[in-house]
Amino acid sequence: MAEMGLAEIKQALSGLAVTDEIEVVKTIPAPPPAEGEEPGKPVEVKEKIQQTMLFTPDYAKKGYHLDVKVTPEDVVTAARILIGQEFFLEAITGVDWIKEGQIEVVYDFNLWQKLCRVVIRTRTDRAKPEVPTISDIYSGANWHERETHDFFGVVFTGHPDLSPLLLPEDADFHPLLKDFKA
Amino acid sequence: MSAEVIDKSLETFVLNLGPQHPATHGVLRVKLTMDGEYIVHAEPVLGYIHRMHEKMGENRTWAQFMPNTGRLDYLAALSYNHGYAMAAERAEGIEVPERAEYIRCITVEMNRIASHLLWFGAFVLDLGGFTPLLYAFDDREQILDLLESVTGARLTFCYFRFGGVYNDIDDNFITGCREFIKRLRSRMPMYHDLVTKNIILIKRLKDIGPISQDMCRRYGATGPVLRGSGVNFDVRKHEPYSVYPEFDFDIPVYTECDSMARYMVRMDEMEQSMRIVEQGLNKLPEGPVMAAKAPKILKPAKGDYYCAVEAARGSFGIRLVSDGTNTPYRLKLRSPTFSNLSLFSEACQGMLLPDALALMGTLDLVIPEIDR
Repeated sequence: MAEMGLAEIKQALSGLAVTDEIEVVKTIPAPPPAEGEEPGKPVEVKEKIQQTMLFTPDYAKKGYHLDVKVTPEDVVTAARILIGQEFFLEAITGVDWIKEGQIEVVYDFNLWQKLCRVVIRTRTDRAKPEVPTISDIYSGANWHERETHDFFGVVFTGHPDLSPLLLPEDADFHPLLKDFKA
Repeated sequence: MSAEVIDKSLETFVLNLGPQHPATHGVLRVKLTMDGEYIVHAEPVLGYIHRMHEKMGENRTWAQFMPNTGRLDYLAALSYNHGYAMAAERAEGIEVPERAEYIRCITVEMNRIASHLLWFGAFVLDLGGFTPLLYAFDDREQILDLLESVTGARLTFCYFRFGGVYNDIDDNFITGCREFIKRLRSRMPMYHDLVTKNIILIKRLKDIGPISQDMCRRYGATGPVLRGSGVNFDVRKHEPYSVYPEFDFDIPVYTECDSMARYMVRMDEMEQSMRIVEQGLNKLPEGPVMAAKAPKILKPAKGDYYCAVEAARGSFGIRLVSDGTNTPYRLKLRSPTFSNLSLFSEACQGMLLPDALALMGTLDLVIPEIDR
């Protein structure tokens, strides 16, 4: 099972990837100039397209091989697939996208047998951030999720104990939120 | 005659290990529920030295964060310098001159030896042997002197720059390294004779503190802890970076999964690090130690980047999120001992307290790195 290649794991996770509207910059070449005219410049226009959020980025630049965006509910399914393929969990963390009113939770997985880093990411509402826990699948996720709850206030539903891990035991603030003021 | 136990739960008691206990090597507290001498449940309590480095990263420029990376794991700080410098260089697309890469590997490996020596001394001290600590610190002192001569610091290094290192190494450093390797090679057999073959140490470590491969996977353990469980995983070979592919070195792997295996991995790693330093010094190319066109102010393109290095304690990862400005939007530090310690609670269940302390010693904890 562990001998699965990138193509297979991509296939296994592709059903979970969400479709998002993303903005791309398109370059429209200038029309061929009429006689006696200066050639025009190409025009750049922003366009919104529907895109399945599953990418295989350039490893040398990005440092990971597969990037999948899933819904919060599907994180658990993705974790089950990955532990079945003997992936281990490197880290869980959050990113506060305050302008979009969302909090992103990012999971990094890697493989011992060969180099294959898979990034699972999901977005949740910033006002009520909730993602189901994977601590029953990956025991190590317990602390990573507690840490993410400390820093971002993301509630991992089903987590056995979300009390502050790194922050003081009575902490009711989340310092990595962009609007946090000390 | 003892009375019949009515409520089993009353037979247990809570024992606080730490936060100021020499065996925890820093301010770590472990809340132990004990049944006599046996551990029923252990709960590590973290955060005593939490400094929120990740928030600091969001409030300063890319270059200004470099000194912070020297203050995570103060025993092997250069690996953390290396990880951060490399992450930013990849994001920005800076080429590092070859000589600088060699110097990075040499100094990082020297630092790794220093870290393992300290671990060796302190670990044997935990088990009740005082003398090896003095010998190990004596050796380690030589490395710190050497590193001080080129980096200007003894522990909290800030030696690497985006695009190279800030100071070239000189002949004194090179001959000093060669002499040190000769010295440590002559002392390793003594360490093995006095400590590794010591029957008391063997009885304290052998077949005690099992950490299975499955447990390593579920908790994401890396470094010597994982290699003591028979998994050949080392970022230097697994995900080659810098000039490590140029070196001929082995990854020590032991399959016993016990405390002794993890002890042996670190002892063997010192020899392998010495091999890397030796080859590095022999192959050291001429040239500049700073990229000529390295930008003073970094503004990596929008997006996120992951970069991992093999620190003395395992895989140290940095996840950067850039929004194209001169400060990181998000900077996540994946510290190896955070994951390694998280398996302690499960691993030490049902163990005798002194054995659990030996197990904790083989995890090689550095608390500022866990708490960040």
